[in-house]
Amino acid sequence: MPSSASYWRRVWRHFKRNTLAVLGLGIALLLGSIALLADVLANEMPYYLVYQGKTYFPLLQQGLHHLGIASFPVELRHVDYTQLAAERVMFPPIPYRPNRINLLVPFAEPSAAHWLGTDKLGRDVMAGIIHGVRISLSIGFVAVGIALSIGVTLGALAGYFGGWVDLFISRLFELMLAIPTFFLLITIAATLRPNIFYTMIIIGFTSWVGIARFTRNEFLKVRNLDYVIAAVAMGTPTQRIVVRHILPNALAPVLVSVVLGIAAAILTESGLSFLGIGVPADLVTWGSLLNEARSNSFAWWLAVFPGAAIFLAVVAYYLVGEGLRDALDPRLQ
Amino acid sequence: MFSYLLQRMLLLLPTLLGITCIAFLIIHLAPGDPAELRAGGGLGAAGSEGLSSDKRGGLDQALAAWRAQYGLDQSLPMQYWHWLRNLVTLDFGHSFKDNQPVWSKIAERLPITIQLNVLSIVLIYLIAIPLGVYSATRPYSVGDQITTFVAFLLFALPSFWIGTLAIVFLCGGDFFDVFPPGGITSVGYSARWSFWERLGDRLWHLCLPVLIMSYGGFAGLSRFMRSSMLENIRQDYVQTARAKGLSERWVIYKHVLRNSLIPIVTIMASILPGLIGGSVIIETIFSLPGIGLLAYEAVLARDYPIVMAVFTISSLLTLVSLLVSDLLLTLVDPRITFSGRRV
Repeated sequence: MPSSASYWRRVWRHFKRNTLAVLGLGIALLLGSIALLADVLANEMPYYLVYQGKTYFPLLQQGLHHLGIASFPVELRHVDYTQLAAERVMFPPIPYRPNRINLLVPFAEPSAAHWLGTDKLGRDVMAGIIHGVRISLSIGFVAVGIALSIGVTLGALAGYFGGWVDLFISRLFELMLAIPTFFLLITIAATLRPNIFYTMIIIGFTSWVGIARFTRNEFLKVRNLDYVIAAVAMGTPTQRIVVRHILPNALAPVLVSVVLGIAAAILTESGLSFLGIGVPADLVTWGSLLNEARSNSFAWWLAVFPGAAIFLAVVAYYLVGEGLRDALDPRLQ
Repeated sequence: MFSYLLQRMLLLLPTLLGITCIAFLIIHLAPGDPAELRAGGGLGAAGSEGLSSDKRGGLDQALAAWRAQYGLDQSLPMQYWHWLRNLVTLDFGHSFKDNQPVWSKIAERLPITIQLNVLSIVLIYLIAIPLGVYSATRPYSVGDQITTFVAFLLFALPSFWIGTLAIVFLCGGDFFDVFPPGGITSVGYSARWSFWERLGDRLWHLCLPVLIMSYGGFAGLSRFMRSSMLENIRQDYVQTARAKGLSERWVIYKHVLRNSLIPIVTIMASILPGLIGGSVIIETIFSLPGIGLLAYEAVLARDYPIVMAVFTISSLLTLVSLLVSDLLLTLVDPRITFSGRRV
């Protein structure tokens, strides 16, 4: 059974030998932590503040307030912290919210105040990129989660039952392969109200074919192996055979397409928001920042940095996926 | 062979029918009424709130007349049926925007998209095959590893990023002015230019878009070519060829290369849909008046007839290219015959 601990330990040992794959995993984990900590890394609320003799921890207090544990100090509501005559203050490394508009500094070049410059509304690009990690990764993960559940279900049905079920589902594959997917995405995303949840769902619903075909082929291979036939002979219910006996064997190769699928979904999402569809106009994403560079070609920082973020995320997941593929390939071991 | 071809052609129809059906449903069930959009200039309900009731009544009448003109007042199945019936006579209807026949609008835009895609495919194959051969003949050498790495990076580079960078840095912004910032002809272009001047101008405008459209393709394809070559090099017949004293050159180019090209030919069909989708982005970045830009604008304006036509034509192109690449297989590999093979 490949699901045993020793199997995954062996896979990990092979994965570890691949320097680039480990580098990719490192970047992916770093991006994941940035996504989790985005509010702490880039926020206009100070960590620590001494104001009129009282000590506050505004960011922490706001977090607790959102969790419903403590209330936020009344005197700090609707306060502009940059204008506050504070005795002592400590801001996060990027003291801006991503959607904080400051019309006094539109298109500011990268400087000490704005590390990566600002966009046409004076919004800080670095803050936008940091919070953009969260949007991109969550769209990547949720979209692939949806694609995975559709793909594994249809692939397992087609591969296990064969016959007319397979014929029908295979026609569905063919249909999805021939349909211009990106254009389909644009069409759906442009006609719906811009919303990142819709975008996740649409990307998920248009990207399951690869996973489904993979699962189907694995099931076709595994279903005639002796241990499955033995399970059938012993009268094991079909559902149990599929879920407990075949699926774990088929999942390892599917995992590769899942990791590569995350990269593809991130790419698709930024492509959509680059075209200005799929995400609301006030939401700052990597693609929407890059989009601004198109019509303001002097603002090179808007072209360079958000695109580099997309590239970095995509490369990281590609590297992990490729490394995983090699580590799972028994011929290379 | 002929019966196989016929069988495949017949199978095209249900797939195409399915695709148009899905596209039709998605377009028509989506919120947003093209009539309101047309009247309110995209404002929809918000734009008509300020109207007095009698003006609103007049507007409603005009909208109803307009809907009737395009058959939008009928039930969905009826609309689809009409659309299908017109399709049989190759009539895609009229654009909502300017009432031009969809065919003529597409025919006007098609040459640019075809030039873009054909040039890209040619470039992809021209670069990928030699690169794949180079890598495969010296596997795991420094040269191979560098090619592998560069191909990987190119493959992961989003084309819309590179396109934007090119616009910012190369197309006459604050940096270099090497290429035109978009469009398909220079300012002052005239039909009276000599053929070579016009060709040169066109190529100058297509240079960046084609490069950006194809680099991902040749990066991916060169990897594919490499593994296909490596698989063949390990085969017994190569050993035999070497054993009977053929030169390495002859073995590679006459024996291995030919066999390695087989999967490369079939993959053409899967490159094409990607290129069609990619032309939406490339044509938008470089403002090239091709099908991609037309489709993008049509989607935003809910111009249903054009959106449907683009769906139908590009899926048909994909299906036909799948078929053609299967047929090409029989040409490059005489072992493959279709008689008796089930689809």
